[in-house]
Amino acid sequence: MHDLLNLTPEEWTAVRLSIRIATVAMVASLPVGIAVAYLLARGRFPGKAILNGIVLLPLILPPVVTGYLLLLSFGRRGPIGAFLYEYFGIVFSFRWTGAALACAVMAFPLMVRSIRLSIESVDRRLEDAAGTLGANPFWVFLFVTLPLILPGIIAGMILCFAKAMGEFGATITFVSNIPGETQTLPSAIYTLTQIPGGEMAALRLTLVSIVISMLALVVSEMMARRVGQALLTE
Amino acid sequence: MSLDVDVTQRLGSFVLEAKFASQGRLTAFFGRSGSGKTSLVNIVAGVTRPDRGRIVLDGQTLVDTERGIFVPKYRRRVGYVFQEGRLLPHLTVQQNLLFGRWFTPKGERKIALDQVLDLLGIGHLLDRRPGALSGGEKQRVAIGRALLASPRLLLLDEPLAALDDSRKEEILPFIERLRDEAEVPIVYVSHSLAEVSRLATTVVVIRDGRIAAVGPPTEVLARTDLITSNGAADAGALIEASVSGQDPTFGLTALQSAAGPLQVPHLDLPIGTPMRVRVRARDVMIATVRPDGLSALNVLPGTITAIDAADSDLVELSLDCSGVRLTARLTRKSVETLRLAPGRAVFAVIKSVAFDRDALGRAPAMREPRAADVTTDDGAR
Repeated sequence: MHDLLNLTPEEWTAVRLSIRIATVAMVASLPVGIAVAYLLARGRFPGKAILNGIVLLPLILPPVVTGYLLLLSFGRRGPIGAFLYEYFGIVFSFRWTGAALACAVMAFPLMVRSIRLSIESVDRRLEDAAGTLGANPFWVFLFVTLPLILPGIIAGMILCFAKAMGEFGATITFVSNIPGETQTLPSAIYTLTQIPGGEMAALRLTLVSIVISMLALVVSEMMARRVGQALLTE
Repeated sequence: MSLDVDVTQRLGSFVLEAKFASQGRLTAFFGRSGSGKTSLVNIVAGVTRPDRGRIVLDGQTLVDTERGIFVPKYRRRVGYVFQEGRLLPHLTVQQNLLFGRWFTPKGERKIALDQVLDLLGIGHLLDRRPGALSGGEKQRVAIGRALLASPRLLLLDEPLAALDDSRKEEILPFIERLRDEAEVPIVYVSHSLAEVSRLATTVVVIRDGRIAAVGPPTEVLARTDLITSNGAADAGALIEASVSGQDPTFGLTALQSAAGPLQVPHLDLPIGTPMRVRVRARDVMIATVRPDGLSALNVLPGTITAIDAADSDLVELSLDCSGVRLTARLTRKSVETLRLAPGRAVFAVIKSVAFDRDALGRAPAMREPRAADVTTDDGAR
């Protein structure tokens, strides 16, 4: 029993790394997620179906394929990766930042879908009302649309975080499984199950995974309820 | 204020084609549901675009399709009170009220929060959220919110439609005060003859997407050809009058009008208050000699000017009572028995109880709002 609760330093590293990667993936993809969700919900432009397809693609493709595509494009010699390295010194491949990118891409469709649904359910007549009161479209978005879709945004963020915590296939394909750099909880558990005598450690990390997921769920429920109370006194 | 409208908008198979001008303090858009009133107001507010046409408000062109002008709604400074209030559910009453004010340039803020709270009696609601308000409270907050944006024109789209009669009676006086005290011209959309009679200074009758008539309510609302289609039972005439005395013994108030004195159920208003009295055609009886031993308290001498047998069994009589136009609805049998004909002198008889609260409104103050009126008014209450 004692063994089940004492994490080794290496295991702590994997836990911390996973949380950091999932948090960065969630925060960094949020503005893009809101923008894309808004475009898909409200925009009328040619190629909307294509944009929608591209956003949803990671949900349908095998994760390994997504990871491999990321490797091809964001790798050091990939077109985007080479550009980013040359001009900004940014490297994704085999770094934790690459793991965050892979997680963000994999979780993006879930986040966009959740936010898009909430934008579509906003009563646009309220936005018209705010407009007649002198608010230009930017202020209307900030003061009316954004607060009204907050529950959807929170749900999208939690989905994204949870997906990022559990992402395995794309991450391991894109940035491999380097302890301390790219070895997240799932890849650590996978590694431990491959070596003899690793069962206890794998079980410990599994418990940690469950605890973190439950916590995320509880926090999201609490936040959604607080926002909901504010909104749904109606 | 001057509002010039000449627009066309196609909405599916419905075509709105409206051309009118109004200088009125309270312009009523009057017509049945589905006649295009709300579509027209939406165009004035800038919520929708007309396919063709122009709108000029006090010399400023808001829309001109030919010259490619379209001032977006957030730059029009046109306050809009929607049928359903449309308060922002995530904000408190106070935040809702101040929402528009926040976007109004400081130099153009004409009205303070305290004034609005006072005018509309909503000071006790500030910390609540819209979900915790009654229908009447919501509408008052919506009116206050629009006022606090210091609009150049206030659009009220059936603000009372969702309310029951007692709530309506709660809000109507506020709208009367708004018309007479706040210096904001109003466009008031309604299908209710009672509301329009009571409030309007100019009536725009809208029928099937077209303007059927424009003019002062005493003229337009007496035209039975226009009004019958909108509510035959309520059609009638409007009489301008003023409070001339109180009779506390019997709980009656005396009014003086050009047509003669009227006695109506008690009104808590000071002597001299200008009133507007609606006399429904079905409430008017006709006598060929001045009646004696009659319970009805109001007998107005007049002359028959026209007899209109729109419906073969029911006849509309137009009367001229010392220059005031009245209408009476009689059966054809009565008309024939009494041998009524244009030019004949008769007496119009109206029971005092026919004047329900609905039929008695404060007439718009003629020019500047008079401070004295307001204070005595409050004192009397």
